Amino acid sequence: MPTLGDGPAVRSYLPAFTLVAPKDLQSALRMLADEPGVWRPFAGGTDLMVLFEAGRLPPGRYVSLWGLKELGGIDVAPDTVSIGALTTYADVARHPVLRNEFPLLCRAAEQTGGAATQNRGTLGGNIANGSPAADTPPALLVYDAELELISARGARRMRYDRFHSGYKTMDLAGDELIRSITLPRGRVSWIESYRKVGTRKAQAISKVCFAAAADMDGTLIRDVRVALGSVAPAVVRCLHTESAMRGRTVDDALVEAAAAALTRDIAPIDDVRSTAKYRLHVSRNLLIQFATETLSRRTH
Amino acid sequence: MPDSTVSVRCRVNGTDATLIGHPMTRLLDSLRSDLHLTGVKEGCGEGECGACSILLDGRLVNSCLIPLLHADGASIVTIEGVAQGERLHAVQAAFIAQGGAQCGICTPGMVLAAMSLLEQHPNPSDADIREGLAGNLCRCTGYVRIFEAVLDACRRSEMGPR
Amino acid sequence: MHIGQSTPRKEGRGKVTGQARYVDDLALPGMLHGVTVRSPSPRGLIRDIRYGSGIPWDEVTIVTAADIPGDNVVSLINDDQPYLADGRVNHAEEPVVLLAHRDRSLLEEARRHVTIEIDPLPPVFTMDDSLEGRDVIWGTDNTFKRYLVSRGDVDAAFAVADSVVEGEYETGAQEQLYIEPNGMLSVARREDGVTVWGSMQCPYYIHKALERLFNLPSEMIRVIQMETGGGFGGKEEYPSIIAGHAALLAWKSGRPVKIIYDRAEDMVATTKRHPSRTRHRTAVTKDGRLLAMDIDFLIDGGAYSTLSSVVLSRGTIHAPGPYFCPNVRVRGRAVATSVPPHGAFRGFGAPQSLFALERHMDRVAHAIGLEPDELRRRNFIQTGQTSAVGQVMHDPIDMAGLLDRALALSDYHAKRARFAGSNAASSLKKGIGFAAFMHGAGFTGSGEDHLASVVTVEATAAGRVRVLTSCTEIGQGTNTVFSQIAADALGIDIDAIEIVQPDTASVPNSGPTVASRTCMVVGKLVESAALSLRTTLGGALGEVADFPGACRDYIRLFGPLRASSKYHATAGARWDDERYEGDAYGTYAWAVYVAEVTIDMTTCEVRVDDFVALQEVGRVINPVLAMGQIEGGVAQGIGWTLLEQVVWHDGRMANAQMTNYIMPTSMDLPPIRVFFEEKPYAHGPGGAKGIGELPMDGAAPAIANAVSHAAGVSVTQIPITPESLMALMEAAVA
Repeated sequence: MPTLGDGPAVRSYLPAFTLVAPKDLQSALRMLADEPGVWRPFAGGTDLMVLFEAGRLPPGRYVSLWGLKELGGIDVAPDTVSIGALTTYADVARHPVLRNEFPLLCRAAEQTGGAATQNRGTLGGNIANGSPAADTPPALLVYDAELELISARGARRMRYDRFHSGYKTMDLAGDELIRSITLPRGRVSWIESYRKVGTRKAQAISKVCFAAAADMDGTLIRDVRVALGSVAPAVVRCLHTESAMRGRTVDDALVEAAAAALTRDIAPIDDVRSTAKYRLHVSRNLLIQFATETLSRRTH
Repeated sequence: MPDSTVSVRCRVNGTDATLIGHPMTRLLDSLRSDLHLTGVKEGCGEGECGACSILLDGRLVNSCLIPLLHADGASIVTIEGVAQGERLHAVQAAFIAQGGAQCGICTPGMVLAAMSLLEQHPNPSDADIREGLAGNLCRCTGYVRIFEAVLDACRRSEMGPR
Repeated sequence: MHIGQSTPRKEGRGKVTGQARYVDDLALPGMLHGVTVRSPSPRGLIRDIRYGSGIPWDEVTIVTAADIPGDNVVSLINDDQPYLADGRVNHAEEPVVLLAHRDRSLLEEARRHVTIEIDPLPPVFTMDDSLEGRDVIWGTDNTFKRYLVSRGDVDAAFAVADSVVEGEYETGAQEQLYIEPNGMLSVARREDGVTVWGSMQCPYYIHKALERLFNLPSEMIRVIQMETGGGFGGKEEYPSIIAGHAALLAWKSGRPVKIIYDRAEDMVATTKRHPSRTRHRTAVTKDGRLLAMDIDFLIDGGAYSTLSSVVLSRGTIHAPGPYFCPNVRVRGRAVATSVPPHGAFRGFGAPQSLFALERHMDRVAHAIGLEPDELRRRNFIQTGQTSAVGQVMHDPIDMAGLLDRALALSDYHAKRARFAGSNAASSLKKGIGFAAFMHGAGFTGSGEDHLASVVTVEATAAGRVRVLTSCTEIGQGTNTVFSQIAADALGIDIDAIEIVQPDTASVPNSGPTVASRTCMVVGKLVESAALSLRTTLGGALGEVADFPGACRDYIRLFGPLRASSKYHATAGARWDDERYEGDAYGTYAWAVYVAEVTIDMTTCEVRVDDFVALQEVGRVINPVLAMGQIEGGVAQGIGWTLLEQVVWHDGRMANAQMTNYIMPTSMDLPPIRVFFEEKPYAHGPGGAKGIGELPMDGAAPAIANAVSHAAGVSVTQIPITPESLMALMEAAVA
């Protein structure tokens, strides 16, 4: 039978690419260290393969991380849960402890793409890809996630809210990989909200992605986290908004102050999916809804 | 470019196979071109439509997003491996009976997505069905007959072994 | 009897097992792949084409306009569109150069290394700029076609009206988004002629276009339809271009050449639904009688005329809808802009003009203080009345009955009252709305007479019956419905029927697979040819008890057993192309659709909660297939209304990915509840009318009316995106 075609029907020029699977994490790290800036990590492929097919993936050498056991697994410790960077959205969404204690993350994972994407897309990939429209990062910000970054030079830990510095830029050296994402436990009493406003109800890219949680004492907001996606060059933890809310009681003045502060935290733009105006308006509405309906409903 | 070629061993529809090619060749292309499994369809090449869905180690994936290298050691089921000889799988039979297939281009992926969904939810609710199939786009049916087919497949499965 | 039964899809097994063969599943020895290099600019003169270094160009087959053996014209209606731009380009993504090579990856690299240098000319991107005519980009005044429907004395009626209600309505482009992208495979040699296999709706359109492109006699062109993964109009005219391109590359290289568009190319380069703007001015009495309708219907045809004149025709005729009005003026115009040509898409102009009408009727009702259903009820056209184009409606019509039933099925009145109470205090605002409409089946006016379709039915000595037509199975159920019709006409089992793969070397020309004509018009020819075959058999052998035995005896005694049937105009039907008057369609399907929606005021997202689709389509031949047609059409309508937006940047589609051009998933659609009224149509097979396009017409106005009801603002444009609804509601508050 004649062959259907030589080479893939993609827009990238195949010979300009290499993809290599090292046998273990140490080998992968060594490759990254020995030829600085030459090798780029490749995990589940749900983003890079799309770029590759569209002719928009930079040609070069890619190191496959898929299947590296050292980057997988979910470890539940008394005070923390550590999620290996290669954990898929499907595995996040199904994990009983995550479902119970970190429901925003599970909801974000369940709303990222369809079932097939959830079976391949990874939490670490979602972070390292650096898309401002990624769905899990706002939830991770709300949960005070910490990253463990690893390289041949050693490991370091950093707060996730300091990781992204701008559009697709982040505090990750060329020889480093994300090893795991750690979430502190003990937040089950917090009141939470997650809302992905996408281009449609499923298999959608966010136009606005809102995540928030508050530790309430009656109507007093003892502590609060607010994070948004798709409204700035990177996912953003809304520190001004949190300051405006922390230590205050829920009333009209607080709502007004929080909504005003929000405009200092976000900087939405127009693109093919939505408008800056809509994103601002909806971000504000979601914050107001959280500050009024969500918090007051649960505290009464 | 012999130096950039990999040889990948896997099981496809129950048979051992060796696929040779550039490591970033899409598994979609290898299955179609090398194994002539043309039931695996390409609708978008961006992981959006699900027409290229296959089961990789039992999980539903878009084969357009799987580099050949990642198929090493994997067990793969395509639409061609779903019926047992002349005997259709309950999901396939239900798709015919309920009008779940129209133009047929999304059907192979949709059948596999439905099987995957039923494995996780043997008695799915309407919401389970809608969520389970949300990554497989169909432009012909408005999905209504497909939902009917999934429910019909449950009934058929209950009535006896598939 | 098979008619009326949900006979399983004839080719269903092949489709659920992955055995069905689509064009991309084909390969021939020595086959090359082809790609198209397209204009980077919306309008200008081609100064130079450069082939960059680093590519083994001697291995690449290159075709430009200079290589065309016949006429460089895509033969359709006018001769304005070239196969390959020659000297000038009139829209972005216009084909300029074709390349073929064995290695697809290298071919893509080669495509990137071709630079087309353009000296720009000013483009025209809006219908208003086109009408203004500062830059003339087509003909003498940028207008592809004009129609004027005129009945009674419109101006006099406005002078005496109690109320005059005006409105302006707009609809956007819509991508067909069949899940199988376009593709063609060709073998073409001077000595043997040209053969193409591909994804298509209309084999004989391609056949005609290739004859002209290669200047070859008809018998040297052969077009074969492969299994086709959806069309919806998108594979009506454009496949003629891809077929020609594949054949040109095959002709020059001497090798088989396959061109398969990837999704991005299919979206940026091929046709979409015509954007439209409709202006209504309606004179009405205070008791709600329509006195006069003055309608201005304008569509954007893009850079070449393609099918715009015919799309305009259907949209113009449908513009006054299912109402009787003594004074009607409809001015229809199709204008040119510097974007890729818009083309056929299910509904073919009618969804655009019916959206405007049915949204406008709600506003007329509001203006004179009537309920929307009451205004319609007072004006529905009745059996025996005359339509705006002068067609006397002989077949029974009961729009009021359909309306009553649809409103009851949807619990419309109770919900309308309940939502009015519950909306005030909620951030989830609910609304319910409906649309009443009709769709003419078959070609417009004298179109079917000109087509003069032919169907052949032949029997084998084993008693198997082959049905030969050029009608393509594209998912809508042609194979199954034709089998049911033929089996009943012959009184044999359906498994004895074979629907022959459309191949112009063997099937007669039964016309294109468009215009809701396949079942009603061509199905009738299948029925009459089958009856004729049975009559032949009976005439020769007497009473036929054992069909296979009779076939065997007949063929032994008399030779081939075959019958053909040719379309003949219905007695008494008349159409005047000059005055644009007469029997516009053989018959119409009638419908009332009801939509219930919720608007989330936090995000301005609209969700459709329930959808009732009630229609009278004559006899339903196959209930499961018919429901599938309606549900699928409604889903496309919901997409067009709420989600699907082509974002244009400099005349080019900027969101040409499935990620960013948003069609509905399984999570985005409501339960779609389909109901039929069956009134057998005397001239349809088994009493059937056409149904394919009808369901595309109703969703947009029903939903827009429901959203307007929920939000308390008047929606006049689709798509109703959250962004546009937010702006509309803000403007209403301000």
